[in-house]
Amino acid sequence: MSDKIETIKITVDGKELEAKPGAMLIEVTDQVGIHIPRFCYHKKLTVSANCRMCLVEVEKAPKPMPACATPVTEGMTVWTRSEKALTAQKDTMEFLLINHPLDCPICDQGGECELQDLSVAFGGSSSNYHEVKRVVVDKNIGELVSTELTRCIQCMRCVRFGEEIAGMRELGAMGRGDRVEIGTFVQKSLSSELSGNIIDICPVGALTAKPSRFTSRAWEMMQTAAVASHDCVGSNTHIHTFKKKLVRVIAGDNEAINECWISDRDRFSYQGIESKDRAEVPMIKKDGNWKRVSWEDALNAVAEKLKAAHPDNIGVLASPRATIEELYLLQKSMRAIGVNSLDHRLRQTDFNQQESMGLFPWLGMSLSDIEAQDAMLLVGSNVRKEQPMINHRIRNAVNNQAAKVFTVNPRHLEFNYPVELQFVSDPLEMVNTLAGVAAASFKISKATIPAGLKDLLNAVEVTAESKSLAKTLKDAENAVVFLGSIAVQHPGYSTLRALSSVIADNTGATLGYFAESANTVGAWLAGMVPHRTQAGGVVEEVGKSTAQMLDKGMNTFVLLDVEPSFDCDDAVLANETMKVADCVISISPYLSGSMLEQADIILPSAAYTETSGTFVNAEGVWQSFNAASQSYEEARPAWKILRVLGNVLGLDGFDYVSSSDVRDELKKACGGVSEVNNSFEVVGIYTTLDKLAVTNNVLQRIGEVAEFCGDALVRRAEALQKSAPQQDAIQLNSAEVTRMGLQVSLDENQLVDVKQGVETVSMPLILNDAIPDGCVLLASGTESSSLLGSAFGSVEITS
Amino acid sequence: MFVDNNSLESVTILTEHELHEIDGWLKRFPEDQRQSALLGALRAVMHEDHYLSYEKMDAVAEYLGIPKVAVYEVASFYSMYEMDEKAAGKNTIAVCTNISCMLNGSDKIVKHIESKLGIKHGETTPDGEFYFKIEEECLAACCGAPMMQLNHVYHEHLTLSKVDELLDTCLPKRSDDDVGESESAAVKSTDSIVDKKGGK
Ligand code: SF4
Ligand code: FES
Ligand code: FES
Repeated sequence: MSDKIETIKITVDGKELEAKPGAMLIEVTDQVGIHIPRFCYHKKLTVSANCRMCLVEVEKAPKPMPACATPVTEGMTVWTRSEKALTAQKDTMEFLLINHPLDCPICDQGGECELQDLSVAFGGSSSNYHEVKRVVVDKNIGELVSTELTRCIQCMRCVRFGEEIAGMRELGAMGRGDRVEIGTFVQKSLSSELSGNIIDICPVGALTAKPSRFTSRAWEMMQTAAVASHDCVGSNTHIHTFKKKLVRVIAGDNEAINECWISDRDRFSYQGIESKDRAEVPMIKKDGNWKRVSWEDALNAVAEKLKAAHPDNIGVLASPRATIEELYLLQKSMRAIGVNSLDHRLRQTDFNQQESMGLFPWLGMSLSDIEAQDAMLLVGSNVRKEQPMINHRIRNAVNNQAAKVFTVNPRHLEFNYPVELQFVSDPLEMVNTLAGVAAASFKISKATIPAGLKDLLNAVEVTAESKSLAKTLKDAENAVVFLGSIAVQHPGYSTLRALSSVIADNTGATLGYFAESANTVGAWLAGMVPHRTQAGGVVEEVGKSTAQMLDKGMNTFVLLDVEPSFDCDDAVLANETMKVADCVISISPYLSGSMLEQADIILPSAAYTETSGTFVNAEGVWQSFNAASQSYEEARPAWKILRVLGNVLGLDGFDYVSSSDVRDELKKACGGVSEVNNSFEVVGIYTTLDKLAVTNNVLQRIGEVAEFCGDALVRRAEALQKSAPQQDAIQLNSAEVTRMGLQVSLDENQLVDVKQGVETVSMPLILNDAIPDGCVLLASGTESSSLLGSAFGSVEITS
Repeated sequence: MFVDNNSLESVTILTEHELHEIDGWLKRFPEDQRQSALLGALRAVMHEDHYLSYEKMDAVAEYLGIPKVAVYEVASFYSMYEMDEKAAGKNTIAVCTNISCMLNGSDKIVKHIESKLGIKHGETTPDGEFYFKIEEECLAACCGAPMMQLNHVYHEHLTLSKVDELLDTCLPKRSDDDVGESESAAVKSTDSIVDKKGGK
């Protein structure tokens, strides 16, 4: 901002203020803390000026004016608390209350209700209205949001939110005049990934959180600031607890990160913390039977097992959702006993050229910079589900400055903004599609094609579309190529990455990564990779990657918040490897059935809201948080477990007092790096993929992670699971169904038998014509998928 | 805009006449303001079906490239649109019952029409010929009270016989045999109400 911005002077309540010409009065008063009551105004939504609560007296104006819709002008004099203003506000309040029920004692919003607050502050004590109030029938709009529409004051925030922020209008104002009702008209569940935000912005109790309905009162709850744990954004949240028990999560304000919105996944995943399968006490398996033991015995047993195994035979798998403190301590202790095989890249399968990764997979820019991009290419990303808040930024770029978005994905996706072009091809062909774009970019740059990519690029056809994409990237002032989670899981990831890198180089675009999880970046920094220690330090000997560990069968495994059958790429392989291993030590808040089968020692750790810690988001921002609720039974924060394990193993440097000591040690080692050079020199040979023999019933699997199945916590979040039954289904297009001669009955939940590798599971079939020929969408992380093979393998529909 | 009109399902759901009408409306507005054609589009559907089915509303939404709720909002806002299949009569009778008309005898007109057609106010005759709509608002013709709209055309200074005449013009031509019957039904109730001659 230049300092030469013209300002004008206005006087509010006798105070002289400077303001930008054209700003709305309420924005100016909000900035200096003069409070004007309001219902319909919201800083992130367009002005609709329909509630009239913000009426103030403006000198020379004949009537009170709405502060939210009155632009300031030079010399304007405003009184917000004059008799005229107060009378107008009081009358508006009386009017708004005509049809509002007096059910505050049973209303979830009671105590934090804008209507209640303003009625106390600005309303009268009695009403002139003595007739009947209207009643509105409630609507069922899904598992997440409860409606009590008699309480609605028609501020239209929820409607504007749908149009302006969620990018899909699901709620509308039906009817007219005193009969206006908010609803979907046709009964339907909200499907936006951001739908829960209407709970936060509804000023009254008309829209409240369904899972926490009637559980406690606003004034009894404690609020703890937290950082969301499911995507790479690190949205700020507030966790509300009552008597140390979780009640709900709401959005926190952080303009640079999540503005004031959060995704439904971040809002409702907390339910998983109270799942019935929490691990209560440390346990050891003896002759196939589980025995509850003390922490001391358990940790001694772990130390014994670790000492007994050869370090080269110990594999460490950690969740990218673990805090940086946990990851660092695990890394530090394991490296100290000579273990080199550590990894957090659980779903990745192609580790070729991993050395060429930067310090961590950086977004390439700040989150807000995404809004300044003019052209974007998304490679392998269902961004809307993977990274809802990043999708929101991209949407802003498209809406505000006509950014052009292109995608290269294995299926056609629905976006909530216009996308210039979606390149859709089956997973294997995706590599060639991207190679076509790369070839086109070389035509523009005239650079020499690196030897490793020559064969691939010379063999592909350069289509008009790929030429125009390359040209758009080249011509754009700010362009970026983003690699998403589908790319990371792809069997040809190294090739996709190399191609993306050359496209970025040739067109002058930035290369960026959507890190997969909340602390993927932190895991890299903590050295939770086989080829680097903390802060990207060199290792003497490169250990094994996830794929190698699972394939080569280590005899001892340490798992940190990992459920191999759900979190790894190939569940069959992961299950088998865990079963045959001599000893599996699981540090996890949960005890799933397969875990009881696979593990030998279970150390119950505190769940997400029960521990303090730090996540590093995709931009490289470190955000720490405190515990919000009490640990369950004998579960302990994992960083404490690991610290004590360090002591039991007799290692030096494990005398931390608090988690912030751990963080500070690592932070110091990282030396304040926040930007990473993502670009790398493309040398060497990239992974080439064999064509799959797609025969009659064998199809390529598109195994992207289901929206609510990415980690152990969200998989246990009841409402989210109920809201998305289609996650655990097999989807294919109608042409394939006909070709295979499957009988489809559309109305019923039809089950088909799906075989991958040795296992066969029965799962619902959904027709989806956005799936390319020869493919099925069979998401990862689901119950069915926990019995099947690789996410991008081939599956057979047997009946 | 990213509306590719040729591949839309709505093209198969909307009739040729409806599409023609909608396209006509679209021409009058800027290309990026397709929503502007919504009122006209719904009117075209009303003209064909005499009510708005979900199917047609969704088709209009798709054709105009606007959210479905935006169509529902407009359809539920204006009383000239009907969304209940039961309200789909070929001819719509709307008798004003607001204050001026009421003082001038609109109740009797309503009763008369009810007994003439054998249905209640708000219903449609079983043969689908007449929909007797409940009009709630003043139709802005108080000086000609009592008044009604017949297929959106204003008829003022109503008398019972005038109502009979008007309704009979809407009926399909009948053979001679039927005439007696229908006349007797009409005659039965042709006693006069406040009958103010004159008018404009
Ligand atoms: S439901 Fe809430 S947000 Fe929506 S219009 Fe009513 S009061 Fe406003
Ligand atoms: S806040 Fe200004 S009119 Fe509602
Ligand atoms: S009251 Fe009937 S037209 Fe005004």
